[in-house]
Amino acid sequence: MSILIDKDTRLAVAGITGREGSFHTLNNRAYGTNVVGGINPKKAGTDVEGIPVFADWATTVEETQANTAMIFVPPPFAAQSALEAAEAGVELVVIITEGIPAHDELKLYNRVQADFPNTRIIGPNCPGILSPDKANVGIIPASFFKEGNVGVVSRSGTLTYQIGNELAQKGFGNSSIVGIGGDPVPGSSFVDIISLFEQDDQTELIVMAGEIGGSAEEEAAHYIAEFVSKPVVAYIAGFTAPEGKQMGHAGAIVSGSAGTAKAKAEALEANGVRVGHTPTQTAEIAMELIGAPA
Amino acid sequence: MDLLEYQGKQLFAKHGLVVSDGKAVTTVDDAVAAANEIGYPVVVKAQVLIGGRGKAGGVKLAANEQEAREHATNILGLDIKGHVTRTVWIEHASDIDTEYYASVLLDRSEKRPLVMFSVEGGIDIEEVAENTPEKLIKHHVDPLVGLTKEEAVRIATDGRADADVIDGVADALVALYEVWIEEDATLAEINPLIITPDREVKALDAKVSLDGNAAFRHPEHEGLGDQENADPIEVKAKEQDVVYVKLDGNIGILGNGAGLVMSTLDVVAQHGGEPANFLDAGGGSDAAKVKQAVELILSNESVDAVLFNIFGGITRCDEVANGLVAAFEDLKPEVPFVVRLDGTNDVQGREILEAAALPNVYAAKTMDGAAEQVVALAKEN
Repeated sequence: MSILIDKDTRLAVAGITGREGSFHTLNNRAYGTNVVGGINPKKAGTDVEGIPVFADWATTVEETQANTAMIFVPPPFAAQSALEAAEAGVELVVIITEGIPAHDELKLYNRVQADFPNTRIIGPNCPGILSPDKANVGIIPASFFKEGNVGVVSRSGTLTYQIGNELAQKGFGNSSIVGIGGDPVPGSSFVDIISLFEQDDQTELIVMAGEIGGSAEEEAAHYIAEFVSKPVVAYIAGFTAPEGKQMGHAGAIVSGSAGTAKAKAEALEANGVRVGHTPTQTAEIAMELIGAPA
Repeated sequence: MDLLEYQGKQLFAKHGLVVSDGKAVTTVDDAVAAANEIGYPVVVKAQVLIGGRGKAGGVKLAANEQEAREHATNILGLDIKGHVTRTVWIEHASDIDTEYYASVLLDRSEKRPLVMFSVEGGIDIEEVAENTPEKLIKHHVDPLVGLTKEEAVRIATDGRADADVIDGVADALVALYEVWIEEDATLAEINPLIITPDREVKALDAKVSLDGNAAFRHPEHEGLGDQENADPIEVKAKEQDVVYVKLDGNIGILGNGAGLVMSTLDVVAQHGGEPANFLDAGGGSDAAKVKQAVELILSNESVDAVLFNIFGGITRCDEVANGLVAAFEDLKPEVPFVVRLDGTNDVQGREILEAAALPNVYAAKTMDGAAEQVVALAKEN
């Protein structure tokens, strides 16, 4: 098995008619993902290369039984679209959009927790999810990855590709690759995704790639020590980041003594998680932990 | 985006918090005129985005015009830990009976707004949290409801505010929460929140950070922040929609994606190099954007060598290669470049670079190898 997405995924996309939205939706379909619909209130009744476009999430779910939503709409409207997907009963909402206000993310997270506890949000500002050979939801370049036993969870897109590629060069494949995004209020945390990998039969090793800002890595460290039986190897980016400077991602900032890469690496190591100093070394540790892939 | 004190106070006043009347000025004559208008005694306060202004001589009390002139003269132009004072805020001096602390911020781990209050104001709140944590009240707010007056009264009561000002403190907390919500702030802090001898609750300082992602719904925030002390390359980068952070070293860095760029800085440092910048060219960069980015990197005169570290997903390596070739034609850089291209269209990208045979450009196969090479080249240069 993989986690979150597979052959049963029925994907609908808000923002399907935009340049990025249509490009990646068609990419996902070409990979084999079952794309059942898209949303654009102004273009309802049309289609994108055969994918029907509906006016809203409620209609889309009613007409297509979509169970996964991908959000590509611009930042001012993205949180609202995600909420409407949850209201329509979609259980997995993947928000690719970058630049959503922190307060919108905060309210979305709390609203979904309170009223739609069965809905899981991934992102915002994330590359999405790839379960190799099964489904691709998002913008991860699938051609670099094959099916295998390593689960990857990361706050950064391209860093995921870098680490995934290092693993691939050693012969490893992936159960699923999940980008949780680089924003201050992600819908799903390291802990959420690691707990899914722990339960997943296909996953034998978990690789987590964190970065400066917040305390999600520290929380993961404690969770792993207590609840995770599978080996975990971590990588943290941002050791050289100066205090008070936002390093690209809205969530990647060291404030005072909080959120430093050093503190995160130490918390992980103190809880028995080995931390690679470079992406290459991270893959080498993976090799030591579970041996060369068959 | 961090606001200067006076900008934060203006937002406070807009939402009903009590602040002293004052004026932001940039010349000594204007400072004196403002002080005369406001009435003595006044406080002359340096407007810079760094703590420790008082210790650095950036906050002075003036009893008369002569002192106002003297202090304004000394403070305007004063360098406080690398921040040059371009603006001073003149406000009527407040009589202080007691100093409290209040703030609202985003608690990322609880995913809720956090209101903090303490009767130990005027000192670094991290010290209070460390030494007397029982004196720091932390209250999480349901963002779907907001901070109610009842909650605020409980916070003030639990924090042992003086009984006669509990209502006033609660009103201040509600107003501060409103600032945080309405202005899309990530931090709104008052330290100290003072109680005057006639029992007025007043914000004597203001520390506000606004969420840049919410700028689209706050056109009124345009121009806030410390524009004068902003790094010129960072300002230009922002205009070009490129994320650039200036650092202290001599190796220029360009990559795609924030995490990979951060990782690149680390790997360069591990090989003994010092990055001159963080530059995330972003996803889907085309040749024109890459060329602009090279221009930004080279406009920092400390740069002795440049590293391109690209793992193409949305970004296509052939576009990056074309951008680099175009940059070389136009800018004719004298420093060496190490280029690592992997991912989408990497073969084409490498072919473009090989065909162009740019002087001083070295292709690297791996991220580690690229870092090692650029560090060596920077040392030679």
